[in-house]
Amino acid sequence: MSPLLLALAVTLVKIAVVLGAVMTAVAMMALIERRFAGLIQDRPGPNRVGPFGLLQPVADGLKFLFKEEVIPDEADKWIYLLAPLLAFVPAMAFFAVIPMGTPFTVFGIVVEPLIAPSSFGVLYILALSGLSVYGVFLAGYASGSKYPLLGGLRATAQMVAYEIPMAMALLAVVYAARSLDFTVIADAQAGTWFGVVPKWFVLPQIIGFFVFWVAILAECKRLPFDLPEAEAELVVGFHTEYSAMKFAMFFMGEYAHMIAASAIVTLLYFGGWHLPFAVPGGNLGALIAFAAFAAKTAFFLWLFIWIRWTLPRYRYDQLIRLGWTVLTPLAFLNLLITLFTCRAPGVN
Amino acid sequence: MDRYIPILIFGLICCSIPLAMLAIQLFLQVRRPNPAKTEAYECGNPVKKEALAYRFSIRYLVIAILFVIFDVETVFLFPWAVSLGRLGLFGLIEMVVFLAILVVGYVYAYREGALTWA
Repeated sequence: MSPLLLALAVTLVKIAVVLGAVMTAVAMMALIERRFAGLIQDRPGPNRVGPFGLLQPVADGLKFLFKEEVIPDEADKWIYLLAPLLAFVPAMAFFAVIPMGTPFTVFGIVVEPLIAPSSFGVLYILALSGLSVYGVFLAGYASGSKYPLLGGLRATAQMVAYEIPMAMALLAVVYAARSLDFTVIADAQAGTWFGVVPKWFVLPQIIGFFVFWVAILAECKRLPFDLPEAEAELVVGFHTEYSAMKFAMFFMGEYAHMIAASAIVTLLYFGGWHLPFAVPGGNLGALIAFAAFAAKTAFFLWLFIWIRWTLPRYRYDQLIRLGWTVLTPLAFLNLLITLFTCRAPGVN
Repeated sequence: MDRYIPILIFGLICCSIPLAMLAIQLFLQVRRPNPAKTEAYECGNPVKKEALAYRFSIRYLVIAILFVIFDVETVFLFPWAVSLGRLGLFGLIEMVVFLAILVVGYVYAYREGALTWA
């Protein structure tokens, strides 16, 4: 087999594995979120379909497939159809540059656990996160109904306002690691201080992590920042007029966005797959690395759900004031602190 | 160049998933058309005017303008953060001046009340 064909085959297998894993995780998150809500609110949650309700996502998916598509008379038809794609595709495309562990060997081929090794991963993530604003905005604009319009406007303003502190918090990490490559950023956090404390960026950049996490909550439109969908005021906001599979796409896009965001937080602030103690080499080490990465990502997904069912929703003026007058200066302060304290290994 | 091709392939596959789902749905869905279903959502009340005919707050636009200013700033900052090791002290001072000018703009926007919603 020629090397080009082999590389193509490896890439296609990786894509299949990543897509399968992400779609399964999205389905499971939809269930876990409702089960966890039940746990917090002292009720069972969905537990009828299959053991522990595990087949509930399958039932939901089938139901979405058999539902009638309703396109409103007032809708701008082509934009209306395009919007769910723009919400779903960027959220999935995040996973192209997210490394999920250390290289391992299969049949003598060294495989890196990410689809596209790239030296511009952080910029790619920022670009896609900007692109995902379009899905929400166009959905609100094209529905031809006032609740989606207001929801879309709110979402746009919120997402662009919180992109500033997010990018500035990211900048401090990029500066500390001197790279835009997620693998390099994760490897810059290897090792420990005094043999016990892991050299994760969350410790020197605790302010940056806080800002980044709050901005991520707003970017994913999760409580306490789910103003675009505030059901008490806006029905469900920008996807009020969407039905069947197109609604499911917004839904899946939101969960895929959350999973990607959790993985990114893990890579940027919690050392990715690095653990504060030595792990064996070879394929066993790669397996441990992947398990560590998956466990950290799962923790942040759980944190998303925990926050959602604990905190009440912000008011819109509070949201905008928090973004511009609290988080942005804090992110700036974090950048200055990093600028004057941090010397990345091997530089200067 | 070949490092970018996997991203292209992945992007195309990601686009094809929702299109495939929509195509499957075309054959599976049950159609019961009804004029009431395709009206804009208004809890059953008659729709008075088009959505875009309603007024909405100008502040959404102000936030969009501010976003452009600060986002262009971060675009300049990313390459700088990566290559600061090579630029040395000159690069650091240069960027601190740039940031200081932006802080002036930020303070102006704050005093004009553009950063708060009230």
